[in-house]
Amino acid sequence: MIAAIPTLSIGGIRKLLLAGEVSVTEVVRSLLERIEALNPKLNAFITVLAESALADAKHFDTGERNLSTSPLAGIPLAVKDVLCIQGVRTTCGSKILENYRPPFDATVIARLRQAGAMVLGKTNMDEFAMGSSTENSAFGPVHNPWHLDHVPGGSSGGSAAAVAADLCAGALGSDTGGSIRQPAAFCGVVGLKPTYGRVSRFGLVAFASSLDQIGPITKTVEDAALLLQAIAGHDPADSTAVDRAVPNYTEVLNRPIAGLKLGLPKEYLIEGIDPEVRRAVMDAVQTGRELGAEIVEISLPHTEYGIAAYYIIAPAEASSNLARYDGVKYGYRHPEAADLLEMYQRTRSVGFGAEVKRRIMLGTYSLSAGYYDAYYKKASQVRSLIRDDFLHAFRRCDAILAPAAPHPAFKIGEKAADPLQMYLSDVFTLPASLAGIPGISIPCGISSNGLPIGLQVLGPHFGEPIVLRVAHQLEQALPPLPPKPLH
Amino acid sequence: MANQLSLEEVQHVARLARLELAEAEQRQMTEQLNAILGYMEKLNELDTGAIEPMTHAAPITNVFREDRRQPSLARELALANAPDSDGANFVVPKVI
Repeated sequence: MIAAIPTLSIGGIRKLLLAGEVSVTEVVRSLLERIEALNPKLNAFITVLAESALADAKHFDTGERNLSTSPLAGIPLAVKDVLCIQGVRTTCGSKILENYRPPFDATVIARLRQAGAMVLGKTNMDEFAMGSSTENSAFGPVHNPWHLDHVPGGSSGGSAAAVAADLCAGALGSDTGGSIRQPAAFCGVVGLKPTYGRVSRFGLVAFASSLDQIGPITKTVEDAALLLQAIAGHDPADSTAVDRAVPNYTEVLNRPIAGLKLGLPKEYLIEGIDPEVRRAVMDAVQTGRELGAEIVEISLPHTEYGIAAYYIIAPAEASSNLARYDGVKYGYRHPEAADLLEMYQRTRSVGFGAEVKRRIMLGTYSLSAGYYDAYYKKASQVRSLIRDDFLHAFRRCDAILAPAAPHPAFKIGEKAADPLQMYLSDVFTLPASLAGIPGISIPCGISSNGLPIGLQVLGPHFGEPIVLRVAHQLEQALPPLPPKPLH
Repeated sequence: MANQLSLEEVQHVARLARLELAEAEQRQMTEQLNAILGYMEKLNELDTGAIEPMTHAAPITNVFREDRRQPSLARELALANAPDSDGANFVVPKVI
């Protein structure tokens, strides 16, 4: 029984806990044992919080905290190391924050704890969430549980790998241009990026503030709904967290999708997409049709401009956000500097990795005198066109189906030397990020060499209920992935 | 947009960003940034003259709160992560 606990979904663990068949301590121990056995191979966790998780578990087992009243009581989760936990090292995958211990909790952490969840550890990530492979971490790359010499995707690769390898019941990631959905696709798990403004970003280390959004990475769509329920909602500490009622995300899941219109954007099934990905996505579309949904061809004509627009806007915002790392208030400081300017320069040059420096340079250049109109303004105008594409499309359909990535997980090192090639792999996740709409990736098949393939379901702003419902109905109808190879 | 970034411009941008790049790093950065900026040319295929730039992803205008005093971070907590402090202030190398 205990050996099987790590494989269970959040819903599954809750059932056992409520039936009194296992204790919270047993649940936590079973996962900690698995982390101990497998994390050396996967490198999914930067920090494991064994002591505090076991202490939290005890509160439930002694009856000090009530197991039945909180929806996530007794559930051990992992969180991406971009989220602040008071007193717990929060590195952001960077040397510059190697020993940073925040004096406050992120709002999502406080909300998860209030719902009864406990944090098992903090997961590895591309430095400052900049990357698509989790190779850009100062703490070493993460390995894909399906194929150890492949990347888990990024930048939330540690969270996706931890969920896929059954090292936690579920996890939080953050998505700026696909950093939840793409690693979920590469690792064969579920990843939801909520609407921009649905979840508070307070305590999320900033990368690109007009795009960053926190969301769940889980084993099932139902679990994603449960976690979103706990973290969504207005927060006075984040003025972009929209003051709008949070609907019940689980009650709609079992509603059939017959009669819904599902859009298939022709620009997402272009040449260049891996034939196995195309086949798996088209099989999922056929499943939708068999469930009674009407498939309508739609057009999102500015899709091909998403990469260029995103890789101007996100680095521009990053160059501004990352100006705060100056070696003064927190983080790494270079020990040898004759004056303040030299201290800034040496601190930042030693503290940041290559991709972060590249994006700071790109952003600083595009925002510098004389270039603003040509780059940032132009990209923001194209961003309007991309958003309008979606607004038009959602007049003709209720949700959109699309591949999550043009190919399954690639090999570690394969794209590391060519930043532009790495950027191009984000082609199918960036448009939804730019538009601010919600999107989920669910597993829809497996490649001939045993790597998962992800299907995206996109919805209109604040359309999480329809996104989750379509994803859940497809998940129930699609053949499950084959058993994971054991490591 | 079409111009190529020179090594000198890369050095200038690095200074603006407070980054110190070794010579080899500068050359590689120049090459990589030019490849990336070359790709961005794609945006010029679109006539965006009449298009309003998208500045917010959420439908929010102004968010107000009561102008009321609230406790702020305690000084010792604010200084706890400082690489160098004297207990009351952040300490930095000489400015000029």
